[in-house]
Amino acid sequence: MADNQSTGFQEKMEKNVWLLLLILALALTVGGIVEIVPLFTMKSTMEHNAAPELVWQRQPGQTLHDHKPGDGVRPYTALELAGRDIYQREGCYTCHSQMVRPFRDEKERYGHYSLASESMYDHPFQWGSKRTGPDFARLGGKYSDDWQRKHLRAPRSVVPESVMPNYPWLKDSLVEGKDMAARFKVMRLLGVPYTDEDIASANEELAGKTEEDAMVAYLQVLGTMAKLDENKVYRE
Amino acid sequence: MDAAAEQKYNFAVVRWFTVMAVVYLVVGALVGVYIAAELAWPFLNFDLPYITFGRLRPLHTNAVIFAFGGCALMATSFYSVQRTCGVRLWSDKLAWFAFWGWNLIIVSAVITLPLGITTAKEYAELEWPIDLAIAVVWLVYSFNFIMTLATRKTSHIYVSNWFFLGMMVMITYLHVVNSLAVPVDLFKSYSAFSGVQDAMIQWWYGHNAVGFYLTAGFLGIMYYFVPKQAGRPVYSYRLSVVHFWALMFGYVWLGSHHLQYTALPDWAGSLGAAVSLAMIIPSWGGAVNGMMTLSGAWDKLRTDYILRFMIMSLAFYAMSTFEGPVMSLKTVNALSHYTDWTVGHVHSGALGWVAMVAIGAIYHLMMRTFHTEMWSMKLINAHFWTATIGAVIYIVAMWVSGIMQGLMWRAYDEYGTLAYTFAESVEAMHPYYAMRTVGGAIFLLGALMMLINVLMTVAKASSEGSLQQARTAAATA
Repeated sequence: MADNQSTGFQEKMEKNVWLLLLILALALTVGGIVEIVPLFTMKSTMEHNAAPELVWQRQPGQTLHDHKPGDGVRPYTALELAGRDIYQREGCYTCHSQMVRPFRDEKERYGHYSLASESMYDHPFQWGSKRTGPDFARLGGKYSDDWQRKHLRAPRSVVPESVMPNYPWLKDSLVEGKDMAARFKVMRLLGVPYTDEDIASANEELAGKTEEDAMVAYLQVLGTMAKLDENKVYRE
Repeated sequence: MDAAAEQKYNFAVVRWFTVMAVVYLVVGALVGVYIAAELAWPFLNFDLPYITFGRLRPLHTNAVIFAFGGCALMATSFYSVQRTCGVRLWSDKLAWFAFWGWNLIIVSAVITLPLGITTAKEYAELEWPIDLAIAVVWLVYSFNFIMTLATRKTSHIYVSNWFFLGMMVMITYLHVVNSLAVPVDLFKSYSAFSGVQDAMIQWWYGHNAVGFYLTAGFLGIMYYFVPKQAGRPVYSYRLSVVHFWALMFGYVWLGSHHLQYTALPDWAGSLGAAVSLAMIIPSWGGAVNGMMTLSGAWDKLRTDYILRFMIMSLAFYAMSTFEGPVMSLKTVNALSHYTDWTVGHVHSGALGWVAMVAIGAIYHLMMRTFHTEMWSMKLINAHFWTATIGAVIYIVAMWVSGIMQGLMWRAYDEYGTLAYTFAESVEAMHPYYAMRTVGGAIFLLGALMMLINVLMTVAKASSEGSLQQARTAAATA
């Protein structure tokens, strides 16, 4: 059948595995390069290039604890980062997103839509892909610390419909002794602006703290670092 | 019994990969059913960190994708590359290295994931030392495959091998880039990328793991095993060329459709969605090419249960490659994203397409490499029906719950306020989560039938001495 004849270049590739491999290796790079590289180079990707107030402008000598909610996106404190690591360890991202979309219902349920600049220090990102439970991008301050603790230990004691596992072991294990200085150093290597002072005090900040303390600190800071202006268009 | 083939080719490593694929199918499905049950009845978490949903879900995905899928791909690709090239694997040693290496990686995943050792990047949760091992074993596997192609006795490279090659190149790219991280210690690293860039790289990885591992790789399986089982040549050579290159070039762009309406710039998401729509054509090209291979031999479906698995898999493939582009449309995505609809879509691809085409190929491989009939053909038919019914129940449950979630989250009452709390939407999911567990359990039952059938066939081959005979008989080629 005429249908079963290869012709020209296709024929050459079918007879030469190295040529086929080379053409494949080239064809398979295009889509990735076009979609990924501009995200590192185009200024419009990160909203703080147009709205610098989104990122905390730390003054010399200031510690992370001098930051007030709304001052802008900052690196996590030692306790918050320890909480974030536990959040990842427990696989919270498999059921909770951290990415509010620009819809009316999401605005009312969760708050202002999320900006790219808000997760600029998140290695890795935790936007998630599934909401078996609600979104966390603006969770901070929505509930009291006490509520969060109760909920972590036994979710159905405060939300009867919940299908979340209980996390009673968090209150019983200490984060003390975790080498947060080492973690801060890696983060700084990746471009997160931790100072020498931040790194020097990182391990002390965990003295006597439980995993539950760390987790609550992380959950309570989500979405509270930057203050977003309702009337401002951050994204097209 | 084919003594000539047994002695000429390396079937031993194929046999081991084949049997392990079935073991991992059962394990992966079992973990899946358990975590499905945890969502329906949360007491099943038993306050034990190691078996909570959040820790077992990555184990489920890694087990089905990399353990079951990986062993199925390595078994089928090592078998078909030898048959289509007319030569033995380039290196027996490297083939066994791939077998033991891959299985050690799986064991390390089974240990580390329940312990909470994770990178927290979906489908790429394994920590950096294991990532390094994956890279080494994957490259060794690919190198052996490529060198076998390079030393082939046939003039042209058969179409199934193009797909396997495409998979090997792309998975190497994806795994290396997405796993870039800086270690803190042996068990902890932080992704080299952050926020929006990390998200785009992760979904470039995530969607192309689907596109190249679970689609291109399994199309490679389809292109060898469907014609073999049907005893007919591939329907159209030209169609396979066109849809191969369209798929290779196009699939790479789709990842961004996972990030519609997020903080990813709009141009990227829209680009991904546009290419996604266009991908219906090459995807259906593959499905049509596979199904039409049966033209003139449709009657075989009545008697050949293995062929049934393959044709049903192509029907599911056609359905989910239509559903995917629809879900990437912005208006549909606004509703479907973050809901169970996505989970349903993944499983129509995973249970319907990936598992079924692999199951068909595995039954075929069992008979060819153990040189005997399956222990029970009837059990294959029972497996076919349980797998199909289980998959359909699962998918339907997730369609209903997903669309319902999406609608409840955006529903307003007459006063213009949100009609439902989030907790109310969780409560409404319960019957569907229970139904999904039942569908999954039925699918698991089928997988157990397969494991029994496979193990009994191994025992049968050993008691009949068919394998021994094939190894020692004078080859009459």
